[in-house]
Amino acid sequence: MHLFLQQVFSGLASGAIYASLALALVMIYRATDLVNFAQGEMAMFSTYIAWMLVNAAVPFWAAFALTLVISFIGGMIIERVVIRPVENAPVLAAVVVTIGLLLIFNALAGWLFTYTLQEFPSPFPDRPLFGALLTSRDLGVIAVTLVMLALLFVFFRFTTIGLAMRAAAQNPASARLCGIRVGRMLTIGWGLAAAIGATAGIMVAPILFLDPNMMGGVLLYAFTGALLGGITSPVGAVIGGLIVGVTENLVGTYLIASQLKLTVALILIVIVLVFRPNGLFGTAIVRRV
Amino acid sequence: MNDGASAIASEKFVADGDARVRIGTWRRFAVVGLIVLAAALPFGLSNYQVFELTQVMIYAIAVLGLNILTGYNGQISLGHGGFFAAGAYTAAVLMHRYGVPYWATLPPAALVGFALGLLFGLPALRFEGPYLALVTLAMAVATPQTLKYFSWTGGNQGLNLAKPAAPPGLGIDRDRWLYLFVFVILLLAIRIAANLLNGRTGRAWMAIRDHPIAAAAMGIDTARYKTLAFGTSTLFTAVAGALSAIVVGFVAPESFSLFLSVSFLVGSAVGGIATIAGGIIGGFFIEFVPNFANDISDAAPWAIYGLAMLLFMYAMPRGVVGSFGPLVAWLRARSGRAAAVSEVSALSTNAKPRQTSQGRLE
Amino acid sequence: MTVKHTMLAGLSAVGLIVAGGLAYAAGQYGPGATDTEIKIGNTMPYSGPASSYGIIGKVDAAYFAMINAQGGINGRKVNFISRDDSYSPPKTVELVRQMVEQDKVLLIFNSLGTPPNMAIHGYLNDNKVPQLFPATGADQWNDPKHFPWTMLWLPSYSTESHIYARYILKNLPNAKIAVLYQNDDYGKDYLNGLRDGLGAKANMIVATQSYETSDPTVDSQIVALQASGADVLLIAAIPKFAAQAIRKVYDIGWKPTEFLNSVANGVGTTMKGAGLEKGVGVISAAFFKDPTDPQWQNTPEYKEWLAFMNKSGLSANVTDNQSVVAYSFVQTMVAVLKACGNDLTRENVMKQAASLHQLKLPMLLPGITLSTSADDFNPIKQMQLEKFDGKTWNLFGEVVSASGS
Repeated sequence: MHLFLQQVFSGLASGAIYASLALALVMIYRATDLVNFAQGEMAMFSTYIAWMLVNAAVPFWAAFALTLVISFIGGMIIERVVIRPVENAPVLAAVVVTIGLLLIFNALAGWLFTYTLQEFPSPFPDRPLFGALLTSRDLGVIAVTLVMLALLFVFFRFTTIGLAMRAAAQNPASARLCGIRVGRMLTIGWGLAAAIGATAGIMVAPILFLDPNMMGGVLLYAFTGALLGGITSPVGAVIGGLIVGVTENLVGTYLIASQLKLTVALILIVIVLVFRPNGLFGTAIVRRV
Repeated sequence: MNDGASAIASEKFVADGDARVRIGTWRRFAVVGLIVLAAALPFGLSNYQVFELTQVMIYAIAVLGLNILTGYNGQISLGHGGFFAAGAYTAAVLMHRYGVPYWATLPPAALVGFALGLLFGLPALRFEGPYLALVTLAMAVATPQTLKYFSWTGGNQGLNLAKPAAPPGLGIDRDRWLYLFVFVILLLAIRIAANLLNGRTGRAWMAIRDHPIAAAAMGIDTARYKTLAFGTSTLFTAVAGALSAIVVGFVAPESFSLFLSVSFLVGSAVGGIATIAGGIIGGFFIEFVPNFANDISDAAPWAIYGLAMLLFMYAMPRGVVGSFGPLVAWLRARSGRAAAVSEVSALSTNAKPRQTSQGRLE
Repeated sequence: MTVKHTMLAGLSAVGLIVAGGLAYAAGQYGPGATDTEIKIGNTMPYSGPASSYGIIGKVDAAYFAMINAQGGINGRKVNFISRDDSYSPPKTVELVRQMVEQDKVLLIFNSLGTPPNMAIHGYLNDNKVPQLFPATGADQWNDPKHFPWTMLWLPSYSTESHIYARYILKNLPNAKIAVLYQNDDYGKDYLNGLRDGLGAKANMIVATQSYETSDPTVDSQIVALQASGADVLLIAAIPKFAAQAIRKVYDIGWKPTEFLNSVANGVGTTMKGAGLEKGVGVISAAFFKDPTDPQWQNTPEYKEWLAFMNKSGLSANVTDNQSVVAYSFVQTMVAVLKACGNDLTRENVMKQAASLHQLKLPMLLPGITLSTSADDFNPIKQMQLEKFDGKTWNLFGEVVSASGS
């Protein structure tokens, strides 16, 4: 029983890591209808910015805030400069552009910061909690993820700009007719996603350690979590991320040798998706004839 | 091939029917010349360059397979590296454990690829855009793990294969023989793909891609054709994988990382998704651009590779063939020949469904 | 200056054969060698998920550049061709064929990774091209009978496991052992080496868990291993996961005797990452001087290495163990080439590589030397056990070698 609880909780801790990046994926998808494969590497790069600031003796929370601002602006610039040229191109072209972006960020980080593992300070004390089921760092990640979720929910539900963004993504033509500046919405969407990604990166770096490949694996899980939850739903992304974390642990502990746990977890998720093809909380993609 | 006009095919296709009669001879002549040239090419190059070009052709077959799915059926796959691996290991295990001659491993590899494709095609029927990407991604991620787990695959160590020798009496060495062997398979693959795509099946695929609901209303069995597209696509890619195992002489789980799947997708997009010639250009891109990137920058080759992807997509968002194809067609039309499409000009002109390739791949 | 000095010290042992006869002989050259140049080929993952190892190639290149600036090896400049294979075996084959057939290199040196080296193993041996000192510790590189053109350098992963096994059999005879390993050839070599080393008592291993490099954490694996009731834990993991493992073991209040593979025993990386106090008591084995361990930082050898790193623009990599390993790799290569004198044929390169006699290298632990012979292609057979005290590693016991080989 203790083993079960420990696996569930450590799954929740990993799940929160996936969930935090999954939120950024959902953000981009809602704003631009695109899965951004560079999301993980952008988050990693932001984390290096924070790391440089902290190393330059900037207090942690100031570095955090500054990184969010830089990432927000950086995300907007990327949308304007890198993504805008393929806005009206086939979706595959945009996908390839985000893949190219992934490679560029990964290589740049390796070049600028080397591949040597770096420690990253945590704002939370390093202390086991609840009979060693979780550490306070894990709890911090979970808490921050939930806060981000709440903020996103409020943003999309109650703010004008959030509503405008949804409209712009779902039906650009009509949105434009309603006076929404669709281009600007896309830009802001990318900025916000970059800031969310930066938050995710800064929160998980103390746990994963910082290196240019830090987010490679996480992106995979985040993508799975976001889709399992429903790529359009922030709540779904968080729950999806948590389910992925816990499932993988339980599969590895009780079902099969650890070498195949990811494989089996993925098969289970695909089976679930066969019955819920738009994810657990997603809305159906409506096709016009 | 072009067995009559169908309501689903665009009018252009109808026009092509008789255009082909007029210029068929010329075209055939050019194609034969091209084939002869390509077959003679290895005799003017060093062994290493021959090996490189053989790799290009193998990747071209794999990308061609992906093109059938992405370009003609509107489905995106992040898992073709996995199917490539399935073909490679089928060939490797048969050669290594059962002493099957290398050429005889291709049909089983094709069969395995086709069967796996159907298996994935079935659930994939229910998925759209990113969801299909996830299902295929699962294939790409699971493949190396699974290969490592079993011992008959050689586990982590992989399998070393004896390199096939050229048939005696031909007087050519191993590398040139393998080049010709792969070249023949590539021609065969192009021929089969062209036949399929220009025929009833291809038109059904395009109809499903462009107007799924209309296609269904017209009595096209959407599910059957979509699954078939998946199976055909993975069949091609698996055969390419088998060729890769034969030519490289070594397979290991690390040979088939997720990045291989991504490379195929990139190759497909760069070449031009709904085209056969795009596959070949994609093959060249996958093989040479990373080397070129490394030439430019030792420190960060991926930065250059990524930049190359960006620039290609900006300059030619529909891929090389997709962007030049219309130009070629326009020039042809101007020179008084009606836009010509024959089985080989599917090589270049099939970029026609322009607005449709914008359709929801995602 | 001191570099030269140390090199010479090492060479005096190796160079006996060359000393006399060849001085007046005109140079004998295989492919890739001339009066002025020696061409050496190498593949490295400068991109992709294994790119953290790319530093090895960078140190190699920087060291050859320094040697060239000092006049080269016996007057010949080294032309070091290092290309990016992204850890993909088919690419390695392609690049190595390019180097051998087009660039016509004398030999392939220090290519990284077991699968990439496996892919070129047959090709290089068929074509009689030396495959020297691959940057991987798999046992199969030491097989002079079947692969006379391939030579190991690193103490093999299983050698290290054997050392742990002997320690466990002697000091912890009733241990229940758990193993965390990376799910690839490297991790499995450690696991299998431990099984081998325990011999009849291999059933002391009560639980094993693997991880993929794409896993975010190994927390779940550690929790599962604890549940097995084991009281010894072998961590066969790269620094990132080793640090996570040590931290998690501590956080969940598990107190096994921990053995940490030498791949990840850097003080400044793994141990600091895990939290120094959490690693107290961890046992490891070493053969080179950890650049982040304070006990070496005042030695002249360390300072010389540091000066080299700084001068080469690699000062960001001085906390990376790989930089020291690479430095020793490339010094071995230079020693072998010097010993070749003017006979730079592939045959003589292998002959000299197989004639190392107690070669000392500045950044290897005192007492650890390189020796080879015609039927022994395993230059470093010894390691020393060490225990972490929260600040530094304390070497203990003697320099030990693995049982059989």
